[in-house]
Amino acid sequence: MADNFTFIIDGTEIPARQGQTILKAADEAGIYIPRLCNKDGLEPYGACRVCTVLVNGRPQSACTQPAQPGIIVENDTEELTEMRKQLIEMLFVEGNHFCMFCEKSGNCELQALGYRLGIAAPRFPFMFPQRELDATHPEVFVDRNRCILCGRCVRASRDQDGKNVFQFTGRGIKKRISVNATSRLADTELKSADKAVAACPVGSILKKGVGYAVPIGERIYDHKPIGSDIESKAK
Amino acid sequence: MSKPKVATTSLAGCFGCHMSLLDIDERILQLIELIDFDKSPIDDIKEFTGRCLVGLVEGGCANEENVRVLQDFRKHCDILISVGDCATMGGLPAMRNTIPLRECLEEAYLNGPSVYNPSGKIPNDEEIPLLLNKVYPCHEVVKIDYHLPGCPPSADTIWQALTALLGDKPVGMPYELIKYD
Amino acid sequence: MSNDLSAAVKEICLQHNNDRIYLMDILRKVQVDHGSVSDEAIDAIADAVSIPRVEVESTATFYAFLSKEKKGKIVIRLCNDIIDRLAGVDVVAKAFKEELGVDFGETTADGLITLEYTPCIGMSDQAPAALVNDEVITYLSSDKAREIVRTLKKTGDPKKLVSRLGDGNNASPLVNSMVHNNIRKKGDVIFADYPDGAGLKKALTMSPVEVINEVTNARLRGRGGAGFPAGMKWQFTRAAEDPEKYIICNADEGEPGTFKDRVLLTDYPERLFEGMTIAGYAIGAQQGILYLRAEYAYLSNLLENVLAKKRKDGVLGKAILGKKAFDFDIRIQFGAGAYVCGEETALISSCEGSRGDPKNRPPFPAQKGFMGHPTCVNNVETYVAVVRLIDMGAAWFTSIGSKGSSGTKLLSISGDCHAPGVYEYPFGITIKQLLQDVGAEDAKAVQIGGPSGQMIGKEDFNRTICYDDLATGGSVMIFGADRNILEVADYFMEFFIEESCGYCTPCRVGNVLLKGYLERVMNGQAEEADLEVMKSLARTVKTTSRCGLGQTSPNPILTTLAKFYPEYTKLLKTSKDGFKPSFNIQEVLQESQSITGRKSVHFS
Repeated sequence: MADNFTFIIDGTEIPARQGQTILKAADEAGIYIPRLCNKDGLEPYGACRVCTVLVNGRPQSACTQPAQPGIIVENDTEELTEMRKQLIEMLFVEGNHFCMFCEKSGNCELQALGYRLGIAAPRFPFMFPQRELDATHPEVFVDRNRCILCGRCVRASRDQDGKNVFQFTGRGIKKRISVNATSRLADTELKSADKAVAACPVGSILKKGVGYAVPIGERIYDHKPIGSDIESKAK
Repeated sequence: MSKPKVATTSLAGCFGCHMSLLDIDERILQLIELIDFDKSPIDDIKEFTGRCLVGLVEGGCANEENVRVLQDFRKHCDILISVGDCATMGGLPAMRNTIPLRECLEEAYLNGPSVYNPSGKIPNDEEIPLLLNKVYPCHEVVKIDYHLPGCPPSADTIWQALTALLGDKPVGMPYELIKYD
Repeated sequence: MSNDLSAAVKEICLQHNNDRIYLMDILRKVQVDHGSVSDEAIDAIADAVSIPRVEVESTATFYAFLSKEKKGKIVIRLCNDIIDRLAGVDVVAKAFKEELGVDFGETTADGLITLEYTPCIGMSDQAPAALVNDEVITYLSSDKAREIVRTLKKTGDPKKLVSRLGDGNNASPLVNSMVHNNIRKKGDVIFADYPDGAGLKKALTMSPVEVINEVTNARLRGRGGAGFPAGMKWQFTRAAEDPEKYIICNADEGEPGTFKDRVLLTDYPERLFEGMTIAGYAIGAQQGILYLRAEYAYLSNLLENVLAKKRKDGVLGKAILGKKAFDFDIRIQFGAGAYVCGEETALISSCEGSRGDPKNRPPFPAQKGFMGHPTCVNNVETYVAVVRLIDMGAAWFTSIGSKGSSGTKLLSISGDCHAPGVYEYPFGITIKQLLQDVGAEDAKAVQIGGPSGQMIGKEDFNRTICYDDLATGGSVMIFGADRNILEVADYFMEFFIEESCGYCTPCRVGNVLLKGYLERVMNGQAEEADLEVMKSLARTVKTTSRCGLGQTSPNPILTTLAKFYPEYTKLLKTSKDGFKPSFNIQEVLQESQSITGRKSVHFS
């Protein structure tokens, strides 16, 4: 296979390199494919499914699917947007997301995708699950109410911090993020400067003592939709 | 031709969304040209006087009275709008939804660290509406036509929605007007 | 005391070379010996195996047969899948509860017996059934349930529960079980009468590539359900550069309503291992793994015995049948109660001692599978079919069955019929014929391929079982005229919710929501609009889920909507006043009324 090739995404021919995922190639070409569990520098994970695209008609997660010469990718279609909306709504009703007092509000990727996709209110019934908050650590807390099980902290702690502070336990709807200690975050090696803390896309893992530092109106997604940075690269 | 009527109410809310409505400032004069308020805390009309074009509902349903009022709004309004996070997702009152009702009451009236309640009883007067097992967003109780999230939604958001509806235009919101906080 | 536990657990780890690869075995042993995998045990394992404790906890909390809470010395797992429900599991459950004085999920005060429900244990042809530790108890009644409890209380020994033995190898002292094979119809491939060893002998006279070609020419497709061409899979695995390759047999027969692999494992394990050995030869693998569901642990002695005999006979181990440079052996890896591990990449995760999360593809197992090495995973029946196929040749094989689907298929038939059991049919059999054979002419609906398959009604009974029409891994559940179709679908959704690994959003959350909407319909609280949301949600789950489980999990709803639409619409409500029928004011006021002791003023 050639090292450099092109493929089609929503009718536009874009360049790609051998070994690149569809999502990465799209990013470089200035085409935004919505995503949540994917983060630059972390191993692709394929869990949130928000980046689902059609590759030659077959649904695939763009963050894990390798780009291939000549493939036809559909991304910005009515059908996929509707499915992405539903996925985001599922995450909203699955957890306890109280944006109105969350320190992450305005900088939260889940919220930002809700904004970008124009979700005024999730259509599904809220589950209001019972989940635990761990504030034992002096510098960081974990609020599982806001966790979307994206696994970014798991990967960042393991691959970037070399610590394995986080991992999932349980399965299905009872799956939770757990810490590498009998129960308390305080008993792990986590430090507030760890990549695992910064990796959280929502307000589930947050540094203590620095909440609401940026005023409303100056936060990342106050004025521009998530993905604008990628789209601004488009030629 | 008589002006279309608008009704408003605050269910399990804090009236913050009503404050935000008043935040349209001088545009309230324009609004009064366009509509009459029917049942609303703004004019203190307690019961519906007739059919309304638009009902603005702040707050979710925490007790039986909230449900009754919301159903009354549904009956009287052509278009019902959930205004604010409490109406659209339960909001702060819904924080109790992860805790059993009895435990909530005991914490609030008996066990909480700041409770002073020598009677040792949970208030239980007939005048107090019964609480629902959980706080429900309005669209889980009646059909809701539009949602304006936000805590509160900005005055511009409410203005935009109202003027669009009154002008019979689609309620399209620019990016900056849909916020969940 | 606690030092004792830690030491005992570390001893178990040592017996497994303190190797993470055996984490499943370690956890199973700890659970059996100590009644739980407690925090303390987790710490000891993490320490011995040198992995983070949260990794151990992650695996330990994934599987239904492992538990952090202390279980009784004896665990009664009553199967409550749909067939068992039809067979009257409710009265059996009631009897167990009364006799034990505990509810499901609880343990008797003396710590002797824990009572639990479990999904399909592969005994739908002899339902209701239960597992008592590893022993299988079939054809349960309320009287039997009471007797079981009394015997257990008296003897403390589940082995004492086995009264009459089953047929075939079930009666062997190595198995000693009351399970019946219920082989009702023998065909020319799987259940044919032929000597063991012929297939392997012939294969070894051929080159590995010739063997693969034969399988390819026979157009053998995977018998587990997905139907991937076996020859192609073998070819890919052989072609992968890494010389260390693995053969895995998927014996995690978890699809509700299927039990044909159980019968093969019981009475035809020689053929299964022979088939795996042929695959090993063809692909160039040195090691085979039989991934066996924990529910079939009662077969473990028998299977180990067959493996030992094969080693002694020189058909497993070094230089098989004198063929230099062909070394191949097989070990058994137990699961621990997780349907998703039937998905091949989840199965590999489990073999590696991890949570049974499916893996991202690519890379496919044929490129990078078990421990990153090329791996070929096939179903039990596929390997057994290979033996006969090689012996008789591809041309013979393709002469059986239908055009696009050669050979025969084992069907596990259960539900409302006179003769539940295992039937071997050439592909192409009509449902009508099949219903006649099993004595179920008045069937209202047939679930083909288990919950992940499809439900069909009378208008489809002329359709045929084959890959191009009604594809199935073997599960055929029959529902009679008075069965409630929505109840069946609702149970299936419950099953998927229980068994979802939770990795991806749509399967983890979507199925819970779908079941909620289905229940709205069943309770007469749904509107037309709810049905629309349901359809759309089902499409999203199907399209965006990461693995086969999620991609098929909305099928119970989608296929019953397609075939039994009136069953839904007749229950719909139309709301004239705009009030949601799903909001039941009396229900949501109940708690408050009981706390305050007064009635609603507004809604009386």
